Amino acid sequence: MCGIVGLFLKDSSLEPELGTLLAGMLEVMTDRGPDSAGFAVYGDAEPGRVKLTVRGKDLDAVGDALGHDVKVTWRDTHAVLSVPEAQEDMVRGWLARERPDLVVTGAGQRIELYKEVGLPAEVTSRFGLRGMAGTHGIGHTRMATESAVTTNGAHPFSTGKDQCLVHNGSLSNHHSLRRMLEPQGIPIATENDSEVAAGYLTWKMQGGATLAQALEASLDDLDGFFTFVVGTEDGFAVLRDPISCKPAVMAETDRYVAFGSEYRALVGLPGIEDAKVFEPEPAVVYAWVRD
Amino acid sequence: MPTVDLAQSTRRELNGALHALQKQDEGSSWRVENPAGQHALACGLDAPVTVEIAGHAGYYCAGMNQQATVIVEGNTGVGVAENMMSGFVHVKGDASQSAGATAHGGLLVIEGNASARCGISMKGVDIVVKGSIGPMSAFMAQAGRLVVLGDAGDALGDSIYEARIYVRGAVKSLGADCVEKDMREEHRAELRELLDAAGIGADVGVDEFRRYGSARQLYNFHVDNAAAY
Repeated sequence: MCGIVGLFLKDSSLEPELGTLLAGMLEVMTDRGPDSAGFAVYGDAEPGRVKLTVRGKDLDAVGDALGHDVKVTWRDTHAVLSVPEAQEDMVRGWLARERPDLVVTGAGQRIELYKEVGLPAEVTSRFGLRGMAGTHGIGHTRMATESAVTTNGAHPFSTGKDQCLVHNGSLSNHHSLRRMLEPQGIPIATENDSEVAAGYLTWKMQGGATLAQALEASLDDLDGFFTFVVGTEDGFAVLRDPISCKPAVMAETDRYVAFGSEYRALVGLPGIEDAKVFEPEPAVVYAWVRD
Repeated sequence: MPTVDLAQSTRRELNGALHALQKQDEGSSWRVENPAGQHALACGLDAPVTVEIAGHAGYYCAGMNQQATVIVEGNTGVGVAENMMSGFVHVKGDASQSAGATAHGGLLVIEGNASARCGISMKGVDIVVKGSIGPMSAFMAQAGRLVVLGDAGDALGDSIYEARIYVRGAVKSLGADCVEKDMREEHRAELRELLDAAGIGADVGVDEFRRYGSARQLYNFHVDNAAAY
C-alpha cells in the first residue's frame, strides 16, 4: 500500500512551518503504511559546505574523529555532517574505511534525509521533524511488499546530490534496470525496487535532463505501478503510471503545492478550504521549480 | 436538521445513526460537518432520507446506498456510490477513480470531473458527469447509462456489455468491442430524461451527444478474437 506526501512552498513565510506541516501530513498516512516512515527536507544551504546525512549507531564518535571543520547535528539514529566542500571526498573516504557500518542516506547542499522503522508519529518525533524549516519536503509511510521491513527499505531514496524520491507501487523491471544502471556508475545500495527508480532519474539528470524530462523518459522505461513524488535542490514533481494504479491527490494555492496519497493528508494545510484540489492525470508529469 | 460534526464525533457514530433510520424517517435531513476527507462516510444507508456532507469526502462515500439522497459539497475519493442499489448521490466537486463502480441502480450526478474507471462494471446505475471522465471508464459495463457532458479518456467502454454511453465531447479512444451507434428516438428520449434528472436545462441538447455501446463480438470466447481480450 504505502502513503506518500509532499509539500513545496511558494510563500517563504511558511518555511519555518514546513516540518510541522509535513509531519501532520505524514502521520495521517499511518493507515497506509505503519511499518516505517521517512522524509527529506530541503533546508538552508551553507555556502561552501555540503550536508551528509548518515545513519547508524555510535554516531557520537564520528564528530570527534572528523575534527573541527566538520559540524555535526545529531538526531536520534541519524547525524547530519556539514562538511567543507573540499573535504567531502576525504570524509566519505573516512566513513567508508573507518565506519562501513554507517549509511549515507542523503547528500547535497540542502537535503537532509531521515528514515526509520516504526510508526510514522514515532519516526517524526524521534527526528524532530516539527522543528525543521525548509522550502520543500517529501515523506513516505511504508507497508512493505517487495522487500523486507528494514530501515534500508524505507523511503525516501536518494541516489544523487539533493535528489530524493518516494514511491507508492511496485516495479516489475527493476532487476534489468539495475543491471543497466550499475555499470553507469549509479549507486544503488539496497534491493528495493523504488531505489532503482530514483537511480534511473539520477542517471537521466546526469545526462542533462531536467527533472520533468527525466520523469517523462521514465514512462517509457519503467514497467510497473507507481506514483512518484520527487525532490531536487530547486524542484518538486509528481508522476503516476499510465493506468493510475495508485492514488494521488494534489492541492495548490498561492502559498504551496501539496501532494497526498489521500485528501485526508492535506486537511491540516493552511487555506486548504480554498485550494485548487485536483487528481493528477495518469502519465502526465507535474513539475514545479523554485524561482 | 440533525448535524453531526466529525471533528467531535466518530465516523462509526455517524454511520450508526444513519443506519438506524427507517422508512418512517422519510424526509429527514442530516448534515455532516468537517468530513475532512474521511473514508466510508454515509455508507450502507437504506432509508429515504437526505445527508449533506459539508466538504470533501474520502473513499467509498455513499457506497451501497439504497433509497437515500447523499449530497457531497466537495470532492470525493475513490469509489463514490460504489455498488449503489437505489437513491441519489450528488457530488458537487470532482470524483476520483471508480465512481459508481458496480452500482446496480439509482442516479449518480458529478458536477465536476470523474477520473479513471468511472462506471467500471456498472450494473444498472445511471451516471451523469457534467465535466470529463478519465481513461478506462465503463470498463465491462453491464447495464445502466453513463452520460458525459465533457470528454472521455482512453479505452472508453472496453469489453462493454449492455450499458449505454452518451458523450458530448471528444472520446480519446474506444476500448475493445465498444463502438459508436446511431442515436434513435428512444435514445434521445432517455438521454433527455437523464439530463433533466441531473438538473441540466434545455441549453444542452440531446443532439450534441454521440452514443456508444457494445458491438457484442466478445460475449463468447472466439479464438479469432483472442488478441482483443
